[in-house]
Amino acid sequence: MNTTRHINLTLNSHQVEADVDSSETLEGVLRRCFDLYGARESCGQGLCGCCTVLVNGAAVPGCLHLAALADGAEITTIEGLSDGEKLDPVQEAFVENAAFQCGFCTSGFVLMTKQLLADNPRPTDDEIKHYLSGNLCRCAAYPEILNAVRRLTRDA
Amino acid sequence: MTSVEEQLQGVVEGLRTGQIGRSINRLESKAKVTGTAEYIHNLKIPGMLHGKIFRSPVPHGYLRSVDTSAAEAMPGVYAVITGKDILGVMPDPYYGPAFHDQPVLAIDKVRFVGDPIAVVLAEDPRIAEEAVPLIVAEIEELEAVFDELEAAKPGAPVVHDEIRPAGTFVDLKHLAGRSGTNLAMDYRLRRGDVDQGFEEADRVFEHTFRTQQGMHTPMEPVVSAAELTGTGRLVIHSSTQSPSFVRMEIARLLGWSENQVRVRTALLGGGFGAKLYIKLEALVAACTLLVRRPVKIALSMAEQFYLITKHATTTHMKTGVKEDGTIVARRVETWWNGGAYADIGPRVTQKSGFTAAGPYDIENVSLDSYAVYTNRPTSGALRGFGIPQLVWPYECQADIIARELGMDPFAFRRKNLLRNGRPHATGTVIQDTAFPEVLDELEKQMEWSKTFERDEGTIRRGRGIGIGVKAAITPTTSVAIVNLYGDGSCGVYTSTTDMGQGSDTVTAQIAGEVLGLETEDVLVIHPDTDVTPYDMATLGSRSTYHMGNAVKLAAENARDQLFEMAKDLLDEPKEELELRGGFIVSQDGESIAVRDVFQAVYGQQAGNIVGVGSFRGKYQPPDHDTGQSEQITPFWMVGATGAEVEVDTETGRVSVTNLVNVADVGTALNPSVVARQLSGAAIMQLGFTMSEEMFYIDGQVINASLADYKIPGFFDVPPDISNHVIEMPHREGPFGAKGVGESGTFAVSPAIANAIEDAVGVRVYDSPLTPEKVFSALRAAGHRRSDPEGSGGKER
Repeated sequence: MNTTRHINLTLNSHQVEADVDSSETLEGVLRRCFDLYGARESCGQGLCGCCTVLVNGAAVPGCLHLAALADGAEITTIEGLSDGEKLDPVQEAFVENAAFQCGFCTSGFVLMTKQLLADNPRPTDDEIKHYLSGNLCRCAAYPEILNAVRRLTRDA
Repeated sequence: MTSVEEQLQGVVEGLRTGQIGRSINRLESKAKVTGTAEYIHNLKIPGMLHGKIFRSPVPHGYLRSVDTSAAEAMPGVYAVITGKDILGVMPDPYYGPAFHDQPVLAIDKVRFVGDPIAVVLAEDPRIAEEAVPLIVAEIEELEAVFDELEAAKPGAPVVHDEIRPAGTFVDLKHLAGRSGTNLAMDYRLRRGDVDQGFEEADRVFEHTFRTQQGMHTPMEPVVSAAELTGTGRLVIHSSTQSPSFVRMEIARLLGWSENQVRVRTALLGGGFGAKLYIKLEALVAACTLLVRRPVKIALSMAEQFYLITKHATTTHMKTGVKEDGTIVARRVETWWNGGAYADIGPRVTQKSGFTAAGPYDIENVSLDSYAVYTNRPTSGALRGFGIPQLVWPYECQADIIARELGMDPFAFRRKNLLRNGRPHATGTVIQDTAFPEVLDELEKQMEWSKTFERDEGTIRRGRGIGIGVKAAITPTTSVAIVNLYGDGSCGVYTSTTDMGQGSDTVTAQIAGEVLGLETEDVLVIHPDTDVTPYDMATLGSRSTYHMGNAVKLAAENARDQLFEMAKDLLDEPKEELELRGGFIVSQDGESIAVRDVFQAVYGQQAGNIVGVGSFRGKYQPPDHDTGQSEQITPFWMVGATGAEVEVDTETGRVSVTNLVNVADVGTALNPSVVARQLSGAAIMQLGFTMSEEMFYIDGQVINASLADYKIPGFFDVPPDISNHVIEMPHREGPFGAKGVGESGTFAVSPAIANAIEDAVGVRVYDSPLTPEKVFSALRAAGHRRSDPEGSGGKER
């Protein structure tokens, strides 16, 4: 059977702790223990990007990343990008360019874009597509997402 | 009273004169980019159990027994529910919008691999999941049938012993009591004399086209939860596109009145038809009644492949033409692979079936459309309600005919296109529909008359087009409530679900326009059957037209009541008043704030004005034998697509380099949202055109995963994609609007297949257009560009 682990982590700049099952995913613990729903399980296989969270600055699929491995880590979720009033520039660009429809995949796209721009502030179109090609959007807002990211790079 | 200029100055600085035609961003944008948007996916209820489903491992068989003891013995498992248990709370637990044929859990028979047999309930969903494989079902296997043509033959294994129409739809009642057949619906249309037409034709073309089974894959997998209130009412929280129908169906299954069931939803993480009618709701309702605790069942992406799919089809299409290109006769027979349960398949079969002759003016038409049960996962409605499966054959064949006659593809279509004032094959006279205008716009946007560069070498370029038509699903009703609050702000109550299409925003625009308010200031209340009134469903591009009209009527009703209250205060007749920026303004410039009207009437900030609007689309049922009707639909949707492709003759790989979509949308209430709908629909259909297909071994889906079932990603979007609208106002649409959610899907597949033939001279008759198929066709054609002979057709 599974065993419980106690973990300490920095979650959206706050020190928190939780008792997690060794088989529990980070996405599951964000929901169960912290009521954070922005990272969402969709494909459950790390293929769609809906569950993306940043672990020590690196985007990972929260549906595959074991919560126990987050012990001591710094986690940023979509909820940590803004204070709820003032949006992050990436969020702003997504709104202005209508870069989503149903919004279920949007957290993942925003966080991946965040990481893309941290790695490469002036990506080409091809680099943008490559970087975001692990995220899926069934509403197919891809042209608008590309526009949103282009706008951010132009302003950079 | 002061003059309106004084009152308005500063208060409503920057007020737009109109809300219609504003490209306003979705009202819930901020919630969606901050991760705080509400989905039922997020829902936690205190004391809630999670359910995980045990499914049939065989495609067809008698269920002899289910042994749940090992699962029940697992620590942490609260209960295991089987079909027998369900009978304790639902005496006749068969549901469905068209037929009552789907048991909440299997009782005596299983009909596809994945048919739900039992549910494990546990507080921890991972424990429930671990316990599922411990269940053992004893099943006496029966011969199964998977192909729609095989299943339609006499002597095929019979999936359902008896056909059970629901009674919801008048046009399905004739099917009651049929047995020994898999035919769940046989729709027919007869116009003119089709045999005579073929006699008079100079050329007759006959082909068979097929489409494959696909799946919606909404990113938010289907999820439902149920709980009991202290008074014993049931509350169902569901990612549903049709809360009103769910309430009716749950009440019927339980023998309760509708007011004992409450169904609510939130934003949907995509729908596309996957969340229509009733899906998991009866199961969570029954489980909750059995264990007296809240129960939530959230499907995995893989399980969605067992829930609902897009029909595979086979279509025989025979068309007679004159040498000048006039189509004189068309016979179409379509078999729809409905899978194990009817869901809405029989309605798809009919409601799309009657458009199978295409957007063409043809004197002699014969259409037959058959819904067929098979032992596959159930098929229902998927963005287009069957239309893309029909545009595929008629627009592929249009190109074949034009090529054979040596006619330009635009010219051939233009010669035959329906026009306003002309009768459709159903006999309904077309009005307010821009068939020729859409085609002309496509020709212009594709710059068709310019020289098209065709590369030499192994990569060949080609271009193709297609145009399709859909009739709005009818007869359907929408009801809306507009509530003016004491401070002059307002809320709109509808049961239209926003699943990303932007209905909240467009609803607010319509109410705002009538009430003189900014769209951003209108509150749209999400569906909750305790609060929001009846709506048939959010489907088939019907909401803007039907609910839009209901909202407009409700807002006008509220406005009229307000004017009645204000007329004495302003000393003006109602007809002389208008609403602007929270003020009632008279023609001579006097004004009063709406809040001051409430103040004057109630003596304080109090009271409500409740406006109600109800709208039902016009409809006359078709004659059963001929399919003829004076009003088969309230409005038509026209969508056309042009594609430019590059075909790699060495691998068969096709790259779509340019995709141009044009649709008649009526008045574009929100041009930005309209363009996004066209774009999203076209890219979704691009998936069904190029890659998406469910594969089976012995009835078992073998690619129920986004790893193996390929939906479009960033690199599948054509480098050039553009969307264009023709705004031909509909006389009964709200501000002239029509529906737009599906029009982008209609013609994508044939446009690309036609472009492939243009590029390399081979015809693929079965979608999707995979490299393997294109490569095989190239090999069969001797890999020569100038060889137009395909392999699937014959000509007299």
